[in-house]
Amino acid sequence: MSPLNAYLLLSALLFSIGLAGVLTRRNAILVLIGIELMLNAANLNFIAFWRYGPNPAALTGIMFAIFSIAIAAAEAAVGLGIILAVYRHTKTTDLDQLNSMKG
Amino acid sequence: MIVPDTVDQIFVLSKHWLLGYVPTALQPIVSAILSVAPVLVVFPLLFAITTVLERKGLGRIQNRYGPNRVGPYGFSQPIADGIKSLTKEDIVPRSADQVVHLLAPLLLVMAAFLAYAVLPIGRNMVLTNLNAGVLFFFAVGSMVELAVFMAGWSSRSKYSLLGAMRAVAQMISYEVPLVLASIVVIMASGSLSTVAIVNLQASYTSIWPHWFIFTPWGFTGFVLFMIAATAESNRSPFDLPEGESEIIAGYYIEYSGFKFALFFLGEYLGMFATSGLAITLFLGGWAAPFSFLTWIPSYIWFFAKLLALICVFIWIRGTLPRLRMDQLMGLAWKFMLPMTLLNIFTAGVWHFMPSGFTRWLVCTSLLIVPCLLLSRGLKQRKKLQIRTYRFAE
Amino acid sequence: MTLFFLIAAALTIVGTAAAMSLRNPIHCILSLTLGLVGLAVLYLQLGAQFVGFTQVLVYVGAVAILAVFAIMMTRSAGSPQQPAFSRSWLSGSAVAVVVFAVLAWAISSALPSTKIVPPQPAVSVNQIGDALMHKFALPLEIIGLLLTAALIGAVIVAMPERRETP
Repeated sequence: MSPLNAYLLLSALLFSIGLAGVLTRRNAILVLIGIELMLNAANLNFIAFWRYGPNPAALTGIMFAIFSIAIAAAEAAVGLGIILAVYRHTKTTDLDQLNSMKG
Repeated sequence: MIVPDTVDQIFVLSKHWLLGYVPTALQPIVSAILSVAPVLVVFPLLFAITTVLERKGLGRIQNRYGPNRVGPYGFSQPIADGIKSLTKEDIVPRSADQVVHLLAPLLLVMAAFLAYAVLPIGRNMVLTNLNAGVLFFFAVGSMVELAVFMAGWSSRSKYSLLGAMRAVAQMISYEVPLVLASIVVIMASGSLSTVAIVNLQASYTSIWPHWFIFTPWGFTGFVLFMIAATAESNRSPFDLPEGESEIIAGYYIEYSGFKFALFFLGEYLGMFATSGLAITLFLGGWAAPFSFLTWIPSYIWFFAKLLALICVFIWIRGTLPRLRMDQLMGLAWKFMLPMTLLNIFTAGVWHFMPSGFTRWLVCTSLLIVPCLLLSRGLKQRKKLQIRTYRFAE
Repeated sequence: MTLFFLIAAALTIVGTAAAMSLRNPIHCILSLTLGLVGLAVLYLQLGAQFVGFTQVLVYVGAVAILAVFAIMMTRSAGSPQQPAFSRSWLSGSAVAVVVFAVLAWAISSALPSTKIVPPQPAVSVNQIGDALMHKFALPLEIIGLLLTAALIGAVIVAMPERRETP
C-alpha cells in the first residue's frame, strides 16, 4: 500500500467516525464537534494529495486547507452561538427533544 | 563581526566533540538529548533564582526584608521551598475528576517547555531552526489556556471554576494583541524564523545597534507586547484569576504539594519564554548593545537581557494595583487592539518613506496622537470628590 | 508506512473515537484535542509546517476552548441524566459503516498501489505569503469579510434578549 493510500484510508476512517458521531449523539454541541471532525478529515485529504500529487509547487492543497481551517472556525463560532440561543429558549440541548417547529 | 570565537561557541564546540565519541547510528538521538538537557536544567534553575529574587525584590519595594533566614541573605530559600512542596501530602478532592486533575499541570509544564525550542540563546545555539518559528511559539502557547481550564474544571469547586473561566477569558483576549504586536517585526524582517530575525538585528552602524526597539513602531510594539505578555502569564496587575484576596488563589486551590509547585513552575517558565521571545523580536536576541562590546559571549547577553526583563516584571508587580475584570477586558479590546493595528500601519509607512527626520516625525505622531485620544476617550467619567467617612468623623 | 505515521495515526483514531463515544461532554472535547494534535503531527510529517501549526493554534487554542465554554454555559457538564446516544443510534452507525466501506473500496480499487514516492517539496512561509497576496488575494479578502460577518453574527445570535420594562 503506497503512503498516499494509507493517508486516504485514514482520512476516510476519520470522516466516518465524525459521521457516526453526528448521527448518533444526543448533545447538540457534540454533533457540531462531529462536523468539525469531518472537515478535518477533508483537510487531511487535501494535504496528502498536495504532497503526493503531480504539482506541489502550486501550493493549491495548502491554500485550500488554510481557508478550510478559517471557515471551520467561523462556522463553529456561529453554530455554538445558535446552540446557546436555542438552549436559552428551550432549556435543553438534547436533540431528540427538539423535534417540533412550534414555539 | 561574525568570527566564531572559542568562548562564544564553547557549548556548540563541546557538543560536537562529545558527539565524536558516539557511533554514527545513534548520533541524531544523542544530539537531540544533548541539546534538550541544558534547557531542562538551566530554566528551572532560573525559576528557582527568580522566586527568591522576586520575594526579596517585592519585600524591598514594600519596605521590608524578603526571606533572609535560609542561606546567605536568604538565597537558599528555593531549596527549602522545594523540600516543602515535595514532602507535602498530595490531597485530591474525592469528587474531583482524577485523570484530568493529574493531567492539567503536566500539560501546562510540557507546553511551557516546548516553547523554548525556537528561542536562539546564543550565536548558532537554537534547538530547532523552524521556518515558521514564531507561529510554533504561539501555537504552543495556546495549549496553556486549555491546561488552565482543565485545572479549574477538574477540581469541581466553585472558586476554582470561576477562576479558570476568568483566566481563560483573559488569556484568549490578550492573545490577540500579543500576536498582532509581533506581526510588525515579522513584516519588517520578512521571515517567521527566529534565527533570521535575530541575524537581522545583529549588525551595527558605527556603534549603534539595529535593534527593532529603536524605531517608533518597534518601541510601541515592545510596550504592547510586554503588557500582553504580563496578562498572558496572569501576573500582576492582571492577576485577578489568581488573586489571593479575591477568590483564594483561583484555579489551583485544590492542588497541593508537588502539583502546586508544577503550576508555579509552568507559570514562571511561560513568563521566561515570552520574555525570551520579546528579546528575540525587539531587543536583538543575543546581540551586544554596542559594537565595542561584542567580545562578551552571546549567551551572556541573552541571559542579561532576560534578567533585566524579569526585574521589570517584578518591579511592575510591586508597584501597580490589580485591575478589575471589566477594566482588564476593556483594555485589551478597546485600547490595545486598535493600537496594534495602528502600529502595523505605521510600520508600513516607515518602510515606504525615505529615511530621515520626516520619517521619524510622521511615524511618531501617527502613534502618539491616537494613543492619547484613545486613552482620554476610554476614561470612565467619574467625578472625584472629597472623601467623607460615615462613622469615623 | 513508517513507525511515526502509525503512531500518529493511532493517536488520532483513538482520540477521535473516544471523542464520539464518551459520556461526559468535557472528556469528549479533551480527547478531541488529542485527536487534533495527532492530525497536526500528521501534517508535519507530510511537510506542511504552516498548516500544522495553524491547526494547533486555531483548533486547540480556539475551537476546543469555545466548545468547552458552550458546554459550561448549557449546563451539560455534570454527569448526564439522559442517555448519551440518541434513539436511532443503530441506523446512524450503520450509515457510517456503509460510508466507510464504500470509501475504502473506492480508494483501494482506484489508485495504483505504486511505491514510487515523489521527493518532499520544500515550501517556505514566504511562498505561502506570496501566493496569498498574488494568486489567492481574492479568497483572502472574502475570508476576511466572512470572518467579520461570523464574528458579528455570533455575538448577535448569542446575546441575551433585552427585556422590555413595562
